[in-house]
Amino acid sequence: MYEWGRRRIKYESELDPAFCQTLIEKTGNDSIRNCIQCGTCSSTCPVSLYMDFTPRRLVAMAREGFHDEVLHSFTPWICASCYSCTVECPKEVKITETMYAIKQMAMDKGVHPARFPVPVLAREFYHQVKANGRTNEGRLITQLFLKTNPFKLIKQSKIGMKLFFSGRLDVIPQKIKNITQLRTLLKAVNGNGGGRAHS
Amino acid sequence: MTYLYYPGCSLKGTGKAYDESLLAVMKKLGVEQQEIDDWNCCGATAYMAVDQDRAYALASRNLALAEAQGRPNGKPVEVLTPCNACYLVLLKAQKRLEEDALGKRKLAGALESAGLNYEGKVSVRHPLDIFVNELGLDALKEKTVNPLNGLKVACYYGCQIVRPYSTFDDQYDPVAMDQVLEAMGAETLKWPLKTRCCGGSMTGTIPEVGMRLSFIILKEAKKRGADVIATACPLCQFNLECYQNEMREEFGEAVDIPVVYFSQLMGKAMGLSDRELGMQRLFVPFAVPAASK
Repeated sequence: MYEWGRRRIKYESELDPAFCQTLIEKTGNDSIRNCIQCGTCSSTCPVSLYMDFTPRRLVAMAREGFHDEVLHSFTPWICASCYSCTVECPKEVKITETMYAIKQMAMDKGVHPARFPVPVLAREFYHQVKANGRTNEGRLITQLFLKTNPFKLIKQSKIGMKLFFSGRLDVIPQKIKNITQLRTLLKAVNGNGGGRAHS
Repeated sequence: MTYLYYPGCSLKGTGKAYDESLLAVMKKLGVEQQEIDDWNCCGATAYMAVDQDRAYALASRNLALAEAQGRPNGKPVEVLTPCNACYLVLLKAQKRLEEDALGKRKLAGALESAGLNYEGKVSVRHPLDIFVNELGLDALKEKTVNPLNGLKVACYYGCQIVRPYSTFDDQYDPVAMDQVLEAMGAETLKWPLKTRCCGGSMTGTIPEVGMRLSFIILKEAKKRGADVIATACPLCQFNLECYQNEMREEFGEAVDIPVVYFSQLMGKAMGLSDRELGMQRLFVPFAVPAASK
């Protein structure tokens, strides 16, 4: 069992040798194997200083099979998908895709901290698309704060009001006409993530 | 050429001014467009974190709808995508269909069961790409009635317009927006933060991190003497503009600077009214200084 913030020695027998392969299958490419640990990704990442493991370390850990540490890391959740690392990587490792795959696995297993905003927003987004085919920003942000920190809703209400009065907030969510078609399509895809998010 | 317009969810919400100004500008320039009928959300970055294959399916439905709608013209179908996230997601889905045979088969099967088909005949274009490479800068100069002389603009492209699938501009130092606004008389800033991340959805989820990223961009633009920041993405515009009060409280430094869409500046230069360009929706009011007229 993983314990937050507690470092311990990892023995080789505890590693998960299949972990890297699972990631490769999820991302649909095996570029992660090409990593030479140069650290270009970590230096180009605008948010690496806020991460618990830099992208370079996370890639190394993922390859070696540090299953729990990787899935519990804050790093993928702090990644804003700016693709700097992907563009700069001299070995063309698709790092942003790897981050997405780790996020999916962590959400599947529900190992991220409860009420942690990033996965809450992602799941809310997912459900809105399923319900309406389109997303409504006002509702997204309201739900995000209600499910994570309702106090923030009060703090942010000033921006909300300003958006509303400038006509930038759609109160009634838009819905596509052929939502049945979209739902059939989504159902037909053999989804590779979010077991819990499907419900 | 009639472009198939894919506005995306943000342009119908917080980014309404982008939608309004872009359509007004295109009309003035004689660029014909038709909205993709019944388009759905592209999935952006959030959906990709939940389910990748379904994210590709979302994008593919839009591509399939565009193809079906555009094909009767007998011409190649071009989808005009102003939002950075939509632009990236559509390109990414296309790339996936090209490179991953297994992924393509899975997706084709799913599309078929929903009564859709995508043959891969759509090209995804950004409005800046159209203005620079199809219309040309001379056409823009011709339409300029109120040149933006003396206005110092910091062009901010955001991440996902050139990364990682740059199709029309440089990944490190994009210039399309600078060229467009310079053609209309503005002076543009040479600065290295054109594609630095604004924080994306993190201003909502992890504001400690997200707001600082936006703050850095505003501060650097101000330091270099910019009068206004021009953006090409609804989320960038929202982050840079709407959190300025919060940033002042958080970081103890005022970074008040107008943040507009490049299309709003184009519209001003072309003599369109503030209403047509959605200028009344801005949190930080912007008017072209009298000196620059």
